[in-house]
Amino acid sequence: MTPAFDDVAVGDELPPLTYHVTRKQLVQYAGAAGDFNSIHWNKRVAVEVGLPDVIAHGMFTMASAGRVVTDWIGDPGKVKEYEVRFTRPVVVADDDAGAQVELTAVVGALNASARTARVDITAKFQGQTVLGKARMLVALD
Amino acid sequence: MALNHEFVGKAFPYDEAFCVGVEKIREFARSIGDDNPLYCDRDAARRAGYPDVIAPPTFAIAVIMKAQDKLLFDPALGLDFDVVVHGNQRFIHHRPIVAGDELTATPYVDQVRVMAGNDVVTLRTEVTDPAGNPVCTALGTLVARGTA
Repeated sequence: MTPAFDDVAVGDELPPLTYHVTRKQLVQYAGAAGDFNSIHWNKRVAVEVGLPDVIAHGMFTMASAGRVVTDWIGDPGKVKEYEVRFTRPVVVADDDAGAQVELTAVVGALNASARTARVDITAKFQGQTVLGKARMLVALD
Repeated sequence: MALNHEFVGKAFPYDEAFCVGVEKIREFARSIGDDNPLYCDRDAARRAGYPDVIAPPTFAIAVIMKAQDKLLFDPALGLDFDVVVHGNQRFIHHRPIVAGDELTATPYVDQVRVMAGNDVVTLRTEVTDPAGNPVCTALGTLVARGTA
């Protein structure tokens, strides 16, 4: 159920979400999105370009982070806008645990005439933010 | 290597439409571990008022990938792809993308600039349906580290 506009206030915190990402998922995402850049699955290439190890696609992180909001609104068709800056890579080790990313989100602004909310997302990997200005604009009921 | 400023303000049409399939949406949703029923359950999507399953908000990147790559890999643009990182990305959804859509992606180079020794390209890609109605506007910045 999408929250009603009148029940939402600026500063409201959404239920937090933690996700795990493994190498296998990066391979799955590469195929699904059509992005086969080697740094997302091949350590040799990643190290050659100066990275510590394979890193997640920025777009994978963006997609996964958006879920903290779409889980809250229920209907992802109500997403009007979504933007992020990619500030730090999510390094994905070659093990079963992979990387863990913690998501929190807070209502940053409301627009009464459009009945929309801007939700500000924070995504943290190893205690540091990996996205900047991550914002989703959603229509509320 | 300097980026070619003649690209700025121009559209780079890509003729082949992206035909959005149910399984492609399901595959994309699975790959990000998202089990929202509107991405995978056709009946649930129809009950919610959509003609078929809808795509996750960032699925548009798959729709525009080929059209953008054709432009970004054009040697005349002068972008060194070996050192390119994604700076930021924004999607403006005019309506949700739905299975069955046939979408055309038209990239535009909005800006090329030098920032802190990096070449920076700002792209805007307009996604439209066969009638030309806007579906999504994708804005992305790509940064070639240390090339300027």
